[in-house]
Amino acid sequence: MLSFLFRRLLQTIPTVLAVVALVFVLFSVVPGSIVSSMSDDADPQVELRMKKQLGLDDPVYIRFGTYIAKLATGDFGTSFRTREPVTFMIAKRIWPTLQLIFTAMVFSVVIGVPLGFIAALKPGGIVDTLAMVVAVSGLSIAKFWLGLVLMYLFALKLGWLPSFGYGDGGLKYLILPAVTLGVSPMALFARTTRAAVLEIMTADFVRTARSKGMSETRVVKWHVMRNALVIILTTVGLQFGGLMGQAVVVEKLYSWPGIGSLLVDSVLQRDIPAVQGSILVVVLSFLAINLLIDVLYGVIDPRIRYA
Amino acid sequence: MFRIVAIVAGLGLALVASAEAQTPRKGGTIRMTAPYGSSFTSLDILTTQRAQDEIYAKALHRSLYIWNSAEGKPVLELAKEDVISGGGLVHTFKLRDDAYFHNGRKMTADDVIWTYNRIMDGTKAYPGARYVRVIEGAAAVEKGQAKEISGLKKIDDFTIEMKLTEKVDPGFYFWNAITSIYPADEAAKDSFLQKPIGLGPFKFVEHVPGSRIVLERWDRFYKAGKPYADKIIVSVMGEAAARDVAFRNKEIDTSVLGPAQYVAYQNDADLKGTVVEVAEVFTRYMGMNPAFKPFADKRVRQAINYAIDTDLIINKLVKGKAYRATSWLPLTSPAYDKAMKPYAFDPAKAKQLLADAGYPTGFEFEWTTSQNESWGLPIVSAVIPMLDRVGIKAKVKQVETAVLAEVVRSGDYQAFIYSQATGPDPQAALKCFHSATPQSACNYMNFKNPEFDKLIDEAGQSDDAAKRTQLLQKANALLYEEAPVWFFNYNKAVMAVQPWLKGIQLNATELTHQNVEDLWVDESSPAK
Repeated sequence: MLSFLFRRLLQTIPTVLAVVALVFVLFSVVPGSIVSSMSDDADPQVELRMKKQLGLDDPVYIRFGTYIAKLATGDFGTSFRTREPVTFMIAKRIWPTLQLIFTAMVFSVVIGVPLGFIAALKPGGIVDTLAMVVAVSGLSIAKFWLGLVLMYLFALKLGWLPSFGYGDGGLKYLILPAVTLGVSPMALFARTTRAAVLEIMTADFVRTARSKGMSETRVVKWHVMRNALVIILTTVGLQFGGLMGQAVVVEKLYSWPGIGSLLVDSVLQRDIPAVQGSILVVVLSFLAINLLIDVLYGVIDPRIRYA
Repeated sequence: MFRIVAIVAGLGLALVASAEAQTPRKGGTIRMTAPYGSSFTSLDILTTQRAQDEIYAKALHRSLYIWNSAEGKPVLELAKEDVISGGGLVHTFKLRDDAYFHNGRKMTADDVIWTYNRIMDGTKAYPGARYVRVIEGAAAVEKGQAKEISGLKKIDDFTIEMKLTEKVDPGFYFWNAITSIYPADEAAKDSFLQKPIGLGPFKFVEHVPGSRIVLERWDRFYKAGKPYADKIIVSVMGEAAARDVAFRNKEIDTSVLGPAQYVAYQNDADLKGTVVEVAEVFTRYMGMNPAFKPFADKRVRQAINYAIDTDLIINKLVKGKAYRATSWLPLTSPAYDKAMKPYAFDPAKAKQLLADAGYPTGFEFEWTTSQNESWGLPIVSAVIPMLDRVGIKAKVKQVETAVLAEVVRSGDYQAFIYSQATGPDPQAALKCFHSATPQSACNYMNFKNPEFDKLIDEAGQSDDAAKRTQLLQKANALLYEEAPVWFFNYNKAVMAVQPWLKGIQLNATELTHQNVEDLWVDESSPAK
């Protein structure tokens, strides 16, 4: 187990390096710079001095080398925009994003997985049809539009929840953004669960279990659910990474202070250290969750070995 | 008994304000919104020139002057008196001796000098440098040739002498937030970025990045009895639809309206009364590069102005949320000439001018634009068929707003569409077209006209305000004739204000920038 973890951690290094290099090169070639976004009449000499001070006048490979060297010591650099350490900026934003994503994930799993399961037990029935209508709708609705509808309904018409903001970070402020973010993965989990359960229900080992006289409840509980969970977990892991990206829209809509809005603002203002730091955090989170999922595979299905 | 002007919506060119006697109420929370897209850039207001940041800065900081919306000009704020000498170049300011920073320390001349020297740090590109540069010796500091601004002298703790490089009203240079006065000792510390200290009516409490800034009443503010409110919350709300819901739900007190919402609010009996509007000092235009051969000919530039049905675009596409431009200076400029008439929509005349210029079958050009809904791609898309009708083909080159700013400054374009501040100082706005103004500063069309230069120079030398205005009006008329741009519109800023929020000022420089010490909420506010 430990050697598996160590091997997987080693495998993340090239992934992280590749992402860092890609982002670095990309923002070295795109037009627009922090200098012009700061002052629209800066003297060309001032621009040069500022670029020198920020290290932007060095060749790309030197800048990249310096950045990697700093990164190895945990230094994400200093924001061009706010002049704060990027780690500090990220630290202020990471908790609201994690709050949002985990709540959205809990909502989507708690609703989506049972929905798909129930639908699969009676395929073609009313429950199945309704569940799949919900699933397809959830996948099709744009988050921005859904968010506005939820705001209109639950804030303006019913007055149950605030329409925007972080407030004290409590549940009241979290519900609408989390549901907006969670509807799409909820729909995906429902469809994935349904498909997985339907497939497993017709598998040989399930037929064998039934022929041995095992009750349907035990068949479903011990054979179908357990095997379906591996597929569902994989989808959850992939969706977690997806939610980190999709959170941008929701954070902007609800004025939620997360990493997503930090990333967008930093891109627009060419704050390269903040962009790199934000993307790196998103990638590391994605890798960490997927590593956790890999570990959980073995817990759910002991046949999976960490060889 | 105080008297507060309650602002109601004005239509057309007239701005109607009704004054009613009301007693400002102490207490409550003012809930403003910062509507311009992204998070606040920085808590160091000297580093950022975005309108978004100045919304909170108006509560937290103060500058030497302040914008007075009622008078339409900057007035002294941190100084009580300005004595002019030295042929109009030397200003001796008697500073307030009752202005306290939020750490309890009294502001002195040292803070003013320290702040202006900091702004001129040439390795930082502080946006306020463009204004402080008017002080003698400031440019040398920016270039690293001097350590301190030679034209800035401390006479005593509350008196400074400022020697300028040209005869201008310093009020137009030192009123906005990017020249806010900082506490010399505190602002040098790293902690200042987390907990900024200013001289404004409200002190910093909390910043939730990407979401809000909270400020609370500063009891030692120098204006007796002000501010009225206990607290101000400025929420970052870039999405217009989300603001709309929050405003209708009474969760926010102000909301900037876009064209579609402007129409919707006007047609809603419950919301119509919440709309306030003002002609802001921003001119939207298509700039034409004279280095691109067809645009070197004045007749071609005029033809473009005749070929576009500007009124149609303003009425249908911009939904009436703009005023037709009649030249460069906007409606609220003190040098605006009401007699000026815009170019008529006359495609036949446009074709004739093109033929006279040697382009009877038209020509093709590349038009660089951002996606901005009021002065970007939607406008360009509407104009293209109009130009096509007179034989001019336009190819669209779409870029991000940040990139457009670079394109415009570098001159790397054939044509571009933009929104530029054209005030509040008419002289500074027109000086952008002076041949001595570099393209990278604000002479984006690289305009050169000796007659125009002469008018601007004469206006700059004149001590007679009426004569100066007359000269500036002449220069503005000359610009209209030369048509270096397609004169599109002047922005009509529209904001919805809840009925319980009083004291809103029709600030033509930026409607969202309010002198918050004059705002108050009545008993009907949900955040009372």
